[in-house]
Amino acid sequence: MSLWVDKYRPTTLQKLDYHKDQAVHLKKLVQCGDFPHLLVYGPSGAGKKTRIMCLLRELYGAGVEKLRIEHQTFTTPSKKKIEISTIASNYHIEVNPSEAGIQDRVIIQELLKTVAQTNQLDTSTQKDFKVIVLTEVDHLTKDAQHALRRTMEKYMATCRVILCCNSTSKVIPAIRSRCLGIRVAAPSVDEICQILQLTCRKEGLTIPREFAKKIATKSDRNLRRALLMCEACKVQQYPFSEDQAVAQADWEVYLRETANMIGQEQSRKRLVEVRARLYELLTHCIPPEVIMRVLLQELVANCDGQLKSEVTQIAAYYEHRLQMGQKAIYHLEAFVAKFMSIYKRFLEEGLEDLF
Amino acid sequence: MQAFLKGGTSSFASKPSKETASSSGRSQTKKKPTPWVEKYRPRSVNDVAHQDEVVAVLKKSLHGGDLPNLLFYGPPGTGKTSTILAIARDLFGDMFRERILELNASDERGINVIRAKVKNFSQLTASGTRPDGRACPPFRIVILDEGGLHDFSCPDACGHACILQAALRRTMEKGSKTTRFCLICNYVTRIIEPITSRCAKFRFKPIIAAVLKERLEAICKAEGVLCDEKALSEIIKISEGDMRKAITLLQSLARLRGSEEIVLSDIVDISGVVPEDVIDNLIRVCHSDSYDKLDSTVQELMAEGHSAVQLLLQLHDKLVEEDKLGDNQKSVIFEKIAVVDKCLMDGADEYLQMMALCTVIMQQICHADK
Ligand SMILES: Nc1ncnc2c1ncn2[C@@H]1O[C@H](COP(=O)(O)OP(=O)(O)OP(=O)(O)O)[C@@H](O)[C@H]1O
Ligand SMILES: [Mg+2]
Repeated sequence: MSLWVDKYRPTTLQKLDYHKDQAVHLKKLVQCGDFPHLLVYGPSGAGKKTRIMCLLRELYGAGVEKLRIEHQTFTTPSKKKIEISTIASNYHIEVNPSEAGIQDRVIIQELLKTVAQTNQLDTSTQKDFKVIVLTEVDHLTKDAQHALRRTMEKYMATCRVILCCNSTSKVIPAIRSRCLGIRVAAPSVDEICQILQLTCRKEGLTIPREFAKKIATKSDRNLRRALLMCEACKVQQYPFSEDQAVAQADWEVYLRETANMIGQEQSRKRLVEVRARLYELLTHCIPPEVIMRVLLQELVANCDGQLKSEVTQIAAYYEHRLQMGQKAIYHLEAFVAKFMSIYKRFLEEGLEDLF
Repeated sequence: MQAFLKGGTSSFASKPSKETASSSGRSQTKKKPTPWVEKYRPRSVNDVAHQDEVVAVLKKSLHGGDLPNLLFYGPPGTGKTSTILAIARDLFGDMFRERILELNASDERGINVIRAKVKNFSQLTASGTRPDGRACPPFRIVILDEGGLHDFSCPDACGHACILQAALRRTMEKGSKTTRFCLICNYVTRIIEPITSRCAKFRFKPIIAAVLKERLEAICKAEGVLCDEKALSEIIKISEGDMRKAITLLQSLARLRGSEEIVLSDIVDISGVVPEDVIDNLIRVCHSDSYDKLDSTVQELMAEGHSAVQLLLQLHDKLVEEDKLGDNQKSVIFEKIAVVDKCLMDGADEYLQMMALCTVIMQQICHADK
């Protein structure tokens, strides 16, 4: 039994539920077979991958849906073995090179070269090129991105690259110059609402409009999250009722509690406790930038205007250092300590004003 | 994977030689629908637009039949790779493929492989005549294009890069009768001085609007594309001197419209440019002095998927023109834009950086002296 997110994923451009104009654009774009490399970007859960798969289906027909998952081993120049999984059909291959960490360049080198230099012999498809889908390219090292540059040009006759990422600012300008950018905005709350209702109908369930709206709002316009939440709610209680609680992810609750703890008490002891909790979150693979974002949003709620900007500046400052550094915990902790100190000062000054 | 690679190389161990791959790729381009950037890549140095200095010098060397070591640098899509390939074609005619060795990170691994390749390549004798009997210069060109050059650059993390630069330097010092180097990069500072000083350096300029226009119009004519005057100038504006970007946009728009004329309104959809009213609204929110409004606006921007780099660019353009802001306010804001740009390049979070920038803008607009 598969999850609703997978079960009802649209498979053709025509069936996409939102951004229909864009779907039509994409269809026209690939019809001639001389389309450029693409850089598909947008927030997570906006449906980038679904759209890419629909595009491939448009290009190659149903054959792209016969997918195989394979594990491949690459060897670095220093003879280290890297294992990586790929998803491939006869026409395309999808890889997340950042799985290989800082060795991602080796993957790009080996994979692209091999694929690009292999001509497609299956003439029945009438396509002369294959497609390489690279996901999470915003996590690629600069080295790996440089490795892509000339290859993308040189082998254009035999292969097209579709790059997929959240944030284009991490993609070097030379790569951006080589691609047509396709922005996939997150669906609106209303669109999510409709999709939830539609999905429930397909499952033979009824969902009150208000409740669908509640889930859609809670999902932060992330369609994947909305569908997962909806399915979880169904397991908890069905028939749905409008005032039913929408289950939040455990880590989110935990993170909010942590933010509260910082707001309640500013002391060395509390800092140590908070540190342990941040560690816990990190070991559960919650990305540090997400932690920083949520902490900021929760913490500024109790600050006044001037202080809000100040806290925002330090959050941005420490998150930047975190990306540059090796261990996220140092920088998260530094942020918390800094916040505690300025917040305490703010509270004390407020008290002085009282007397 | 095996099926995916059907018919081609059956394993990673046996790699087809680059020569065969590229030449077979080339012979097929005639039949295949080729993306326009490749189709309209200059074939001869005479076709290279806007880089007059370089072209003049190269043409002179064409007459003399010799070439200095070259260093090309400049922003993407300005003709660096095209120029060296074109000059090779002009010099060597049909045999230009055999006379150039392109090294880039995607092909070669490790210092020894590269070293051996360069050595073998430069030890091959290069005759002074073409197969058809005409004279041609008796040397070969090693092109260190971006990626390959990255190996030669000096990132702190990577020990072998410096060894490579040293090796390259020695080769250049010795001088070679049979090898010329052409280094290509976006930033000249990545390469050590002893190497740059041994090359004739050429800066490739962003391509100016008039030249872009001329090229695009020529392509429109050749492809039978109709493009509205206003739309054309918008494409040019968006491209910011990057000819590759301009051509890619034009082709994509042509595909969208089919046989109909391309008009201005098509462009916003596909260019990645943030719509004007979105920027105006963001600035309006900064005037409101409400952090909460700002927060929800920035969240909205992120959900819409707008690129932060693009936002910075357009905010900058807008605020430069803003009469209501004094010079002091502007300088504080633009300094912050610069900092944020750097942080984004380093991989910082887009939401946090945009919030950091916008709170500064808000602060300056609402509370600072002009
Ligand atoms: N000066 C130019 N004259 C004519 N066409 C150009 C020129 N510059 C760029 N182009 C067009 O743009 C495409 C890309 O140019 P090219 O590969 O030479 O860029 P580049 O300077 O090497 O960029 P990068 O730094 O990204 O490698 C070419 O195929 C050609 O169609
Ligand atoms: Mg180039």
